[in-house]
Amino acid sequence: MTLPTTLDEAVAALTAMPAAVPVAGGTDLMAAVNSGQLRPAALVGLGRISEIRGWQYLDGHALLGAGLTHARMGRPDFAALIPALAASARAAGPPHIRNAGTLGGNIASAAPTGDALPVLAALEATLIVAGPGGARREVPVSHLLAGMDLLRPGELIGFVRVPLLHAPQVFLKATGRTGPGRAVASVALVLDPARRGVRCAVGAIAPMPLRPLEAEQWVAQLIDWDNNRALVPDALNAFGEYVAAACIPDAAPGEDGTVPPLPPAVLHLRRTVAALARRALGRALS
Amino acid sequence: MSNEAATAQAAQAAEAAPEPDPAPHGLGVSLPAADARAKTEGTFPYAADLWAEGLLWAAVLRSPHPHARIVSIDTTHAREMPGVRAVVTHEDVPGTPVLGRGKADRPVFASEVVRHHGEPIAAVAADHPDTARMAAAAVIVEYEVLDPVTDPEQAFEAEPLHPDGNLIRHIPLRHGDPEAAGDVIVEGLYRIGRQDPAPIGAEAGLAVPRPDGGVELYLASTDPHGDRDTAAAAFGLAPERVKVVVTGVPGATADREDQSFQLPLGLLALRTGCPVKLAATREESFLGHTHRHPTLLRYRHHADAEGRLVKVEAQILLDAGAYADTSSDALAAAVAFACGPYVVPNAFIEGWAVRTNNPPSGHVRGEGAMQVCAAYEAQMDKLAKKLGVDPAELRLRNVMATGDVLPTGQTVTCPAPVAELLEAVRDFPLPPLPKDTPEDEWLLPGGPEGAGEPGAVRRGVGYGLGMVHMLGAEGADEVSTATVRVQGGVATVLCAAVETGQGFSTLARQIVQETLGIDEVHVVPVDTDQPPAGAGCRGRHTWVSGGAVERAAKMVRTQLLQPLAHKFGMSTELLQITDGKITSYDGVLSTTVTEAMDGKELWATAQCRPHPTEPLDESGQGDAFVGMAFCAIRAVVDVDIELGSVRVVELAVAQDVGRVLNPAQLAARIEAGVTQGVGAALTENLRTPRGLVRHPDLTGYSLPTALDAPDIHIVKLVEERDVVAPFGAKAVSAVPVVASPAAVASAVRSATGRPVNRLPIRPQAAVVTGG
Repeated sequence: MTLPTTLDEAVAALTAMPAAVPVAGGTDLMAAVNSGQLRPAALVGLGRISEIRGWQYLDGHALLGAGLTHARMGRPDFAALIPALAASARAAGPPHIRNAGTLGGNIASAAPTGDALPVLAALEATLIVAGPGGARREVPVSHLLAGMDLLRPGELIGFVRVPLLHAPQVFLKATGRTGPGRAVASVALVLDPARRGVRCAVGAIAPMPLRPLEAEQWVAQLIDWDNNRALVPDALNAFGEYVAAACIPDAAPGEDGTVPPLPPAVLHLRRTVAALARRALGRALS
Repeated sequence: MSNEAATAQAAQAAEAAPEPDPAPHGLGVSLPAADARAKTEGTFPYAADLWAEGLLWAAVLRSPHPHARIVSIDTTHAREMPGVRAVVTHEDVPGTPVLGRGKADRPVFASEVVRHHGEPIAAVAADHPDTARMAAAAVIVEYEVLDPVTDPEQAFEAEPLHPDGNLIRHIPLRHGDPEAAGDVIVEGLYRIGRQDPAPIGAEAGLAVPRPDGGVELYLASTDPHGDRDTAAAAFGLAPERVKVVVTGVPGATADREDQSFQLPLGLLALRTGCPVKLAATREESFLGHTHRHPTLLRYRHHADAEGRLVKVEAQILLDAGAYADTSSDALAAAVAFACGPYVVPNAFIEGWAVRTNNPPSGHVRGEGAMQVCAAYEAQMDKLAKKLGVDPAELRLRNVMATGDVLPTGQTVTCPAPVAELLEAVRDFPLPPLPKDTPEDEWLLPGGPEGAGEPGAVRRGVGYGLGMVHMLGAEGADEVSTATVRVQGGVATVLCAAVETGQGFSTLARQIVQETLGIDEVHVVPVDTDQPPAGAGCRGRHTWVSGGAVERAAKMVRTQLLQPLAHKFGMSTELLQITDGKITSYDGVLSTTVTEAMDGKELWATAQCRPHPTEPLDESGQGDAFVGMAFCAIRAVVDVDIELGSVRVVELAVAQDVGRVLNPAQLAARIEAGVTQGVGAALTENLRTPRGLVRHPDLTGYSLPTALDAPDIHIVKLVEERDVVAPFGAKAVSAVPVVASPAAVASAVRSATGRPVNRLPIRPQAAVVTGG
């Protein structure tokens, strides 16, 4: 176990020991270690790297440190900046998990149920990845999650660049219980008044967050951006259905041209996504 | 009087009297548990904390298949690994190879066939837990994978999965006139999922070889003598050469410490001559112990135009899993209580427990009774809807009372204040709607950061009436032995009743305090050198062991008072002991217990054996139960009818307890039971598609958290003493587990209008579409 104090030291440590595994909050990793599923040769602890535990402002964006904990992101000052990310952080498990788990860890684990992921996808966030020799490169979060651009040996997620949109954002999560639980489905929806756009991502129903781009464009042109943005209930409903159908399409038609019905559980998931998307848009526009 | 009222009164009394009260003692007070502080502070030692000089670590190789033929087992590689001290398989079992809790049908290690996912095949002892696990993984087992039988309905037709066949028990209960018919008929098909006891402390144990060739097993056992006998049979030793020492029990709502790890542990200790320890991972824990029986129920209720039940027909199919365990008892309870605490003149109940390749089912509190309760209460709701009668009113028209007859032909002779219980919960004020509090403080279904929307939330109210039997049924010999020793003003209780969290050791202290007037009472730890007391379940220890402690204490009392009474020419009944002082009825005599003891040491041992019961006959008739306990629960739920998420807002409980022996402990037991029931109603279901246990961890298997647990109001405790029970007290822990899932389902039914015929309630079953 090494405990570097800067990002470059951590990268150097990882480069020196290719078998080492970086650990931040450890909420996923240490559970795997404790249950004997994972025996890393060495650990590089990221907890003492102070430069990635806060955030700074840069050209209308926020540069979020990968070591920000869910608990920190859930606080009101952060919620004023990026409300949807704050809401997802507050929903990300019980307090002891939120105190330890980090933004970077959520991205690196890339669990389908990672609560920050649909928010980052909707915000079109970009990762600043630190590499050997002080190198920095930018990777769109969706490229990493889709496996189009993976982290290379020795690389670490240093920062997450998120646009500051100064407009309502919503994160909604359906779980099977009242207490903290993994998402059955989640929806992140952000408004971008400057570009007159609505961006939405659906989490937990696929290996990575899904973006219903056509539904976003359709609803953006319905909104009166300069006055009262509210939409009639039928439009909200239609948006929900549109998003749900885009993310959970009908089965392919059979040979006789009929569309076989979806299994009840999938149908319920589609209804859930539709309700979440409708509620999210309604809350963002109200 | 409700517990809250009692607490409030106690608080007032404390305010009125500024002098500090003497420490509470005796029966009927909330004596705190002696180990409460250590448990709260985390210093209480559990089995996982055990350690011995030079100990080895064990690991068990478990089957990854639900059904397979074992072609060969090669342990060569595992044995050759550095640090490995022994590897044992079915060939190394010196004693009886086939054992079991209820019925001997389970091999210690699978030899030819594996019948469920997680069945033990081999075990390893090594000098490090990782080495042991790696060596277990290095045992090469060649399987010929077979098709698993996982649907209990197919077990009847399937090839026998076991030499004993696939039908474990069939009870065709026939009671009354088969031709009877009602004006109104309602039917339903119900499915109950697989609840896991999920003890917070996973299984752990230590086996220490003895110089005489025997072995000592340190286990968190709830049935030390039963486990001792099983282990001795497997090891080929006389029972007295195996000793089970009970350690701290970290949670027990079922039988603890399954044989799949305690027998390998003992075998390895005997083989290596070293102490061997195993602390199960959460996954092993889920794979090893038994679960609640998944059940399929088909019901037809006949009623007259006023809603009085005429006839109940039911078919009940229990999935026993791969081995019988205690399925026979669960089936007896399911069949006997298939109609619930209602008067049903004609009942025709067919019950089967069948073998499948699913994980074995066994005792989890309220087994059998909980599954049927969910079904018969759903039927009562359907009947009420069909007749247009209020659901509580319909139930009141049918509830049983003392003197009524169960479908088994047994007359209910104990108190059965079912109507009083139901009226108490019905008349308790409903919780207010949160309309006066700010909207962002509402706790909606889905939780504080969930997606709940007030406009989509509907509130529902439902009822569940449950009953369970106490003690072993159908002729089981119930007996417990206790010894009380008094010396120098200190009393000691020796009894093999295990403190599982049910509060037996606290109760034993209270009983001795009450009988002997001695405040300082110690309860010694349990081992099998003491005479047997039976497994800790079905209120056994309050009744049988508590009864034995009381008798022993009374015998000591007589020994203590006899000389004094003789000296003053009066009988011992005229003397009383309070606060360590002995006084006569007329106040002439007054002395202290210590003085009367005169340096002597007094011992007495007594047994308690309740009246015998009889097995159910071939038509399901017989006086099979010693006693019964009842409970009524009213559930209030909020349902988000678009997402199908459910939050249980409040549960109001009224229970028939016979007599309150320790109010705080009683309330804790009811609250715990109700919460376990909420888990069974909403989230707890160990899924086993194609016989494979999915997500055997506490993330995938959702136990209720503090946010899921509702407000629980104990609105009434009916204290009508059961004359045959010691102290008149009834079992309290199981019946809330039985009634609360039914009540929650009933409330969801009332909120959504959906049938809700499956537990746990899936969100899609609570969604209202097109409305």
